[in-house]
Amino acid sequence: MTPVLSVEDLSVGMTGRDGKLVPVLENLSFTVDKGRTIALVGESGCGKSMTALAIMRLLPEGFVVTSGRILLEGENVLTARNRRMRALRGNAVSMVFQEPMTALNPLYTVGDQIAEALYHHRNLSRGDAAEQAVQFLKAVQIPAAEQRAKAYPHQMSGGMRQRVMIAMAIACKPKLLIADEPTTALDVTVQAQIFDLLAKLQDETETAIVLITHDLGAVAELADDIAVLYAGRCIETGPAQGVAASPRHPYTRGLLACVPHLAVGRPKPPAWIDLGEIPGMVPALGSRGPDCAFLTRCASASEVCRSRPQPPLGTIDVAHAVSCWRAREIAA
Amino acid sequence: MSTVEQTLIVPRTEASNVKTAANAAAPGTTTMRVQPVARALSPARAALRQFLRSPSGVAGAILLLALILATIFGPMLYPIDPLEIVGLPFSPPDADALLGTDYLGRDVLAGLIHGGRATMTVGAVAALITIVIGVSVGALSGFFGGWIDSLLVKISEFFQVLPPLLFAMVLVTLFGPRLTTITIAIGAVSWTSAARLTRAEFMRLRDLDFIKASRAAGAGNWHLIMRVVLPNALPPIIVSATLAIGVAILFEGGLSFLGLGDPNTMSWGLMIGQNRNYVLDAWWAVTFPGAAIFLAVLAVSLVGDGINDAVNPRLRRR
Repeated sequence: MTPVLSVEDLSVGMTGRDGKLVPVLENLSFTVDKGRTIALVGESGCGKSMTALAIMRLLPEGFVVTSGRILLEGENVLTARNRRMRALRGNAVSMVFQEPMTALNPLYTVGDQIAEALYHHRNLSRGDAAEQAVQFLKAVQIPAAEQRAKAYPHQMSGGMRQRVMIAMAIACKPKLLIADEPTTALDVTVQAQIFDLLAKLQDETETAIVLITHDLGAVAELADDIAVLYAGRCIETGPAQGVAASPRHPYTRGLLACVPHLAVGRPKPPAWIDLGEIPGMVPALGSRGPDCAFLTRCASASEVCRSRPQPPLGTIDVAHAVSCWRAREIAA
Repeated sequence: MSTVEQTLIVPRTEASNVKTAANAAAPGTTTMRVQPVARALSPARAALRQFLRSPSGVAGAILLLALILATIFGPMLYPIDPLEIVGLPFSPPDADALLGTDYLGRDVLAGLIHGGRATMTVGAVAALITIVIGVSVGALSGFFGGWIDSLLVKISEFFQVLPPLLFAMVLVTLFGPRLTTITIAIGAVSWTSAARLTRAEFMRLRDLDFIKASRAAGAGNWHLIMRVVLPNALPPIIVSATLAIGVAILFEGGLSFLGLGDPNTMSWGLMIGQNRNYVLDAWWAVTFPGAAIFLAVLAVSLVGDGINDAVNPRLRRR
């Protein structure tokens, strides 16, 4: 079966001030099957959002895909005509943005905004589209949906607006849903609700989801697969359970150590353990050499790492691959 | 596929429970509502409500309305031809001619009433031309950026460096002093400020999230410009359109004063222009049309300010 989305060897570059092409994403590959979720995880500036925008073919000015293919059900998105692309966007692929406060048009009611996509992509009449919009507001569990459909975005809370965004995104039953940090702007309880909602909608529609986040812990349950990006390179990828349970790359381990892990019913740890941190910053665009990009921040770095360029992703377990010279030692 | 269809309909049943619950709660017992859904007020209606709260804006609107009504119905109530000689030149205001006569012996009141029509029409149409050209140029330039922007900015800079009054005089002299040419000339020289304003608004809005979201939902450029960006850019454009009417009225007055008015159509500017040499002999022939222009521009400016207060998000509290 063809996967819904297959990103093959994707590289994206940005034209710098001096006109040189600076790599932003390097040789990224992943696939998502129907009804499955992949989480792209990493810090800010690692290229997660650029991946999403490349799939939508909405890269900002100055950014270009330098190599690779993006296949949406076998169709190469990168070579599709503009008209075809507009027909795909919002219909076969749709996107939930990070900031629900600014991603809705302040001048139209939320019902109108959901109906808009249905009207254009599904050729429904205005009336039918409006009626369906209410159904979708109900599907994302907005109470009093009939009245809410007539409300303007500023009359809603952040969580409510993010639900509206999701309703807009699923309105045309897309094959692929890209959620770009859908919960970052929301408070923690609402975050959990949104993840639950996405999971529930996915069960019903079998949409493939690309979930972009920096919270590795939060996605382990929703995602089937995880790809950890660092400085535009995929440094660890594998099934979500595997990556979360036994991370191999020092960066992935660092990300997991940064968040508290609480579980109901487990006894309190004997001593309070400080949360970990990863010192330093993601190297700036343009200052990334062939070396391991994480080298300067890595606590486990050794001579091996310094003397050789970053290794390609190496398989260490079923479907679990890591780009680290010391992956085996670290696992041990 | 059918499973997908089916499953998506599932919420309907579940939601119908919500609906019945809401209906049960809604009629009498408003206290039962979980969260009262605020009465949805469209942004346009909210702005209107805000406008009606500003005394100066309302005063301007009333004055403007009065002037418009006077120019529409005045000629029927006072059917004296403004170009016809009705008495001796320079007759002071008296019972025969309430506001006196001008240097040819034409009735000044008739001139005011009939001339208002031409003046107001020139103002409104010229403002419309200004806005249509300015908004189109500004929208394209701000939305697309790149070489389109460079080209359009160059063109509008060309218009900006020409002194507007002189440029308009050249146009009117070239194409003849008729009301239409005067109107077009005013529009042609004053669209650049609207273009700059619109361009700035479009550039500000272009990169906002909801524009990106619309694009990600499959909207094309035309749809984005007309239905997404333009409505959000409208508030300052409406204000500038209103003020443009005032500017155009003044412009028409200026051109007529310089002798470039349409001699076959009475207008306020023309009255001033033709009688300016005799201002010491017959003050009434110049003062009354001058006052009329002053009132019209004042009314339009007050309305413009009122709209500005009502639609400017920085001044308004939600």
